[in-house]
Amino acid sequence: MSDPSDSAKAYWRANLKLVGCLLLVWFLVSFGCGILFKEQLDQFSVGGAPLGFWMAQQGSIFCFVLLLIAYAFFMNKLDKEHGFEEED
Amino acid sequence: MDQTAWNFIFIGITFGVYIGIAIWSRAGSTKEYYVASRGVSPFANGMATAADWMSAATFISMAGGIAAAGYGASKFLMGWTGGFVLLTTLMVPYLRKFGKATVPDFVGDRYYSNAARMVAVICAIFICMTYIMGQMRGVGIVFSRLFAIEIWQGVLIGGGIVYFYAGLGGMKGITYTQVAQYCVMVFAYTIPVIFISMIITGNVVPQFGLIGDFVKEGQEHSQPLLDKVNQISTDLGFNEYTKGSGNTLDLFCITAALMVGTAGLPHVIVRFFTVKNVKAVRKSAYWTLGFIAIIYLTAPALGMFARTNFIEEINEKKYQDAPQWFKNWESQGMIAWVDKNEDGIMQYRAGDVFAGKPSFDDSRRTENGPRLVTNKIVSSPNEVYYDRDIIVLANPEMAGLPKWIIALVMAGCVAAALSTAAGLLLVLSTSISHDLMKKIVKPGISDKQEMLYARLASLAAVLVAAYFGINPPSSFVAKTVAFAFGLAASSFFPTLIMGIFSKKINKEGAIAGMIAGISFTLAYIVYFQFLTDSKEYWFGISPEGIGFIGMLINFAVAFVVSSLTPPPPREIQDMVEAIRIPKWAGEASDH
Repeated sequence: MSDPSDSAKAYWRANLKLVGCLLLVWFLVSFGCGILFKEQLDQFSVGGAPLGFWMAQQGSIFCFVLLLIAYAFFMNKLDKEHGFEEED
Repeated sequence: MDQTAWNFIFIGITFGVYIGIAIWSRAGSTKEYYVASRGVSPFANGMATAADWMSAATFISMAGGIAAAGYGASKFLMGWTGGFVLLTTLMVPYLRKFGKATVPDFVGDRYYSNAARMVAVICAIFICMTYIMGQMRGVGIVFSRLFAIEIWQGVLIGGGIVYFYAGLGGMKGITYTQVAQYCVMVFAYTIPVIFISMIITGNVVPQFGLIGDFVKEGQEHSQPLLDKVNQISTDLGFNEYTKGSGNTLDLFCITAALMVGTAGLPHVIVRFFTVKNVKAVRKSAYWTLGFIAIIYLTAPALGMFARTNFIEEINEKKYQDAPQWFKNWESQGMIAWVDKNEDGIMQYRAGDVFAGKPSFDDSRRTENGPRLVTNKIVSSPNEVYYDRDIIVLANPEMAGLPKWIIALVMAGCVAAALSTAAGLLLVLSTSISHDLMKKIVKPGISDKQEMLYARLASLAAVLVAAYFGINPPSSFVAKTVAFAFGLAASSFFPTLIMGIFSKKINKEGAIAGMIAGISFTLAYIVYFQFLTDSKEYWFGISPEGIGFIGMLINFAVAFVVSSLTPPPPREIQDMVEAIRIPKWAGEASDH
């Protein structure tokens, strides 16, 4: 590595950006769809369930799992790009 | 074969497996004892964390709570799963890179202060102790039902088993028993629901039953099951199942407090210290939430099925025609019927039947008649009382499933309670042996002595927990769950986050923040739970949700105090930079 501290700073910035995006989605699917905008979303439906209700009971949980898979995938990619990848 | 024989077979086999694993994996060093030598695969750690996380209360009571509250129970579903997103993206990878054995270790080192370490130790002990009491009680109750013994005998058997494998095997023993316990739990939870889902919605995958149609035999037109539940709920005077009833701010705060509380629970955090490196932590996190989701996606479907089934089978029926399971659970005291209008027909409606839990006077009971309740009757049209826990416990009987499935459900309850109790016991014992003895009181002790302290501490902890399991301080245990989450939310969560994401927060700020957050949260909970019956909450935020406000106070105080005092020393700032980069995690210092 030419300058480890510059590389570390860039890595940390990219990390914060990724986590920020994921947490935005996290907030929107749970607090947003399941609580704050639940009434509005209930006008639509998924299968036999009102959308807002379904997001609060099941939809948000699906999204959480997907978010964690995305986190692992993008962080591993970030490690590789910045040369911080761990050996297995 | 009768039910007791099946119970003995299932409990016997599962206990044999747990003990076998304990003997095979007993720990020889503190590294094995605290973090299973960091050799657990992400997949296995995912299962173990899921079992650790899902307690007896989740397993037995959550579906019943959903059946009763409908949309209102969403806070538990979102709160107890969404916390893992925070835990994964904001905490565990960095704490794993830091490479120490416990959470107070990080607090003590990052804030270069034994006072901060001490505050963290006290929080960890308090959180785990309140939690473990409820688990012990749960084991006791299940055993007393299964084998017709006293609750205290059941608590002692459960405590003995947990001590045996947690004390002997440490983290390594716990991890592999939790893997086995997760398997028992997932089958016990889902198999009965699969059968019920097929009967009610015709769908083999119960998780999809929530959005399915009601197709039970004899039904003329199919209609969405939720529409039907809404309709029968409002007919009987309940709120619509899919509509909320509470205030939105309170729902928001409780959900947030459960999420940040989850992310701050020490027994969940330390589970991620057992894997090899940061990459393995990330992988382990999605496996964990995936395994939890299998059960959490089933729960809302189960709650709704159970509500439909219960109303269809009970409401407007004659007591003499009630199904057998109704009478079985009535004899257990978990169901009661008061014929208020004396028409001999059971009316299930909104509202309480009588005040409190039922007590019975069986001396005046007529043959084939219901048990007579001695409680003060409340004037509501509702005549049928049921304990919410029967939604899971009586579920197989309601659906007419074979006896071995009932035994499997019982084994699942025991697995849920034991796995959580073991994880908590480990944190309790390491808090005392490692954080208190090794780091504060007697820094010179050897590895062997530290292990001895750990085993003694876990013996002491299991005895205290068993004592409170046998003599629960009135309704204390149920109320203290709010404590555990509130404390975790207002202490560990903000302190750990700031320690990782800010280099400016110093020891003065962290200690002041923790103390301010905890004092506020404790004072609010104690005032509204124990000192007054008033429900005049500030802005309508109930004690369950106040940990979220406590967290905000912690953040604010820590920032203000840190900006007025000198910044942390250079080497601490370097340490923070080092934990942000995953490379060389495995070589980070161990003790």
